[in-house]
Amino acid sequence: MTANTAKGAGAGAGASGAARATGSATAAGAAGPAGPADGAGAHVSLQNLSRFFGAVRALDGLNLEIEPGELVALLGPSGCGKTTALRILAGFESADHGSVLVDGRDMSAVPAARRDMGMVFQSYSLFPNMSALDNVAFGLRMRKKSADRRRSQATELLEMVGLADQARQYPHQLSGGQQQRVALARALAIEPSVLLLDEPLSALDAKVRVQLREQIRSLQQRLHTTTLFVTHDQEEALSMADRVGVMREGRLEQVAAPSELYARPATAFVAEFVGTMNRIPGELEAGGRVRVLGATLPIKGERPGGPGEPSRLVDVLVRPEDLHLTAAQAGSGIVTIATFLGSLSRISVLLSGDVTVQVDVPSAEAPAPGAPVEVTMGNTPVLVTTRR
Amino acid sequence: MAAVDTIAAGEPGAAGTAHGRARPRSGRRDGFTPWRWLILILAGAYFLIPLYAALRFAGWGSFGSVIHQSGFAGSLGLSVRLAVITTVITLALMLPTAVYVHLRLPRLRRLLEGITILPIVIPPIVLIVGLLQVAPGFLKSTPYLLALEYVVLAMPFAYRSIDAGLRSFDLKTLVEASNSLGAGWASTLRRVVLPNLTTALLSATVLTVALVLGEYTMASLDLYQTFPVWIVVFDQTSGPISVAASLLALFVTWLVLLAITMLGGRHARRTGGGEVALFSVARRDTGRTS
Repeated sequence: MTANTAKGAGAGAGASGAARATGSATAAGAAGPAGPADGAGAHVSLQNLSRFFGAVRALDGLNLEIEPGELVALLGPSGCGKTTALRILAGFESADHGSVLVDGRDMSAVPAARRDMGMVFQSYSLFPNMSALDNVAFGLRMRKKSADRRRSQATELLEMVGLADQARQYPHQLSGGQQQRVALARALAIEPSVLLLDEPLSALDAKVRVQLREQIRSLQQRLHTTTLFVTHDQEEALSMADRVGVMREGRLEQVAAPSELYARPATAFVAEFVGTMNRIPGELEAGGRVRVLGATLPIKGERPGGPGEPSRLVDVLVRPEDLHLTAAQAGSGIVTIATFLGSLSRISVLLSGDVTVQVDVPSAEAPAPGAPVEVTMGNTPVLVTTRR
Repeated sequence: MAAVDTIAAGEPGAAGTAHGRARPRSGRRDGFTPWRWLILILAGAYFLIPLYAALRFAGWGSFGSVIHQSGFAGSLGLSVRLAVITTVITLALMLPTAVYVHLRLPRLRRLLEGITILPIVIPPIVLIVGLLQVAPGFLKSTPYLLALEYVVLAMPFAYRSIDAGLRSFDLKTLVEASNSLGAGWASTLRRVVLPNLTTALLSATVLTVALVLGEYTMASLDLYQTFPVWIVVFDQTSGPISVAASLLALFVTWLVLLAITMLGGRHARRTGGGEVALFSVARRDTGRTS
């Protein structure tokens, strides 16, 4: 299922590129008070950021450029440093080394309150003592806007997130999803140069999460706000972002468009973190090739192995859709589970050596559980990694 | 101080039920079992019989004449002034300290809890002797030295109230949200932190005021006639009137406590906040998963 979602996201990102061009034109045309002042987001540059917490290395030379109006997602397991990066950009943490530039200006000495960045937090962060409207108007009050202006602008933003009727309600009277929408409106009310989203959807249930995901994305495109989005949910990252940066141990493994990340992962870590990936035991051969499933294939990307003699035993990483099934009485595999996913079915095949692989086949051709099959793969370069 | 041990009646608000994180309640059954009635009656008798006896002893007439007694207005005035000064100093010291520790030094919270409990452990006489050693000369000659002593005495109660209040909401996130929206420290404290601490600050205030209005040992050792000291001294002149005075003090304190609790409850219902009842704060349900 994940693989299919990811593919869909790839196509979606392509289409959204076009949508963004028209979207920004609309924003400039409307020029509502909610639109950014200059009609374009800021350029953000994180340069060689490092941060240590005691002996723990949270960030290790992180470099990231975010183009004006772009939504970049930082994706990674917990503890990979993605939140630290976002908090350094927000001004809540400082980097031990490196710098943060917004439109070429060094922000290191600028306190969080003066950075002009809207932020949505993972935990509900609305001020409990203020109504939804007052929450949204808070940033405008801090900017000394007149009371009339504050009210009309905040009302407009609440309308934008579809909560105009809840303006007078207090946070505890709103559902989790509504609270995060108010928080989004509040962050956008200050017309921030950069919008920071720190896992804003993780506390919500699945259905609300998908709705809000789409809403955030369409608002961001309409307002053309440069956005950094931190998440551990690959589906979220792939479906929302223009580009996704996969992080591991304080470093970026790869930054690419979702489709690119899925189709051409740079490392085994990225490959396994994004989408569904099979691990099939293989053996390194001379000349940079690997022997797997009875075929010898070229290798792409990095080779496993330390400074000593590299092990010849490796795992080959293959997506379910890159494997092929043929019914064969003398086949080396047996179908264990067939999961119907619509036009495709995902077939689990037990191979010799207690290895199970997943293969996507058109549902019309799906074999029944118990059927003997042969699993093969095309002659394309594959990613390999240390045998687990 | 008997009225102080009110217990938080935490009501999970709308948000609480919405997120399915209603607090577990201790198994409360419908109605009272005979045992509960017995305990209630015994406890009630324990508190009410002495009060009734005191009322009988004083007689209704004493209440009218209390305020005309010499020294009544002066000693009460002094006690009230001391209460105000003590409260102001206590809050001014404790609030920033507690906020700072919560935000920046959360690991020191346990230590601070330990330190603030010391005044309860150390006998007042030791505190006084120590304070008299280090207090500057100009303070020793005024009753306001007592205010400083009371600040120390009130510390455990005030800190605990404020600490409970700060734990009832996600202080760090709210402060960061406020900062990111362009609010500096002063605005954040005034518009975000303080409004959410109203009930906790009220509790701290009530506890401090109750403590100052009832403190006897230090005042009498320092030879100042505060209201409690006056009651004891006046007892030698007229027992009934002195008892009437202490009953008055008791009822006034009760009324103030009741008012605070009701005020806090109303505030909590409006904003969905934790209900503060002096020592404990029902946790505000933020619906967080992590």
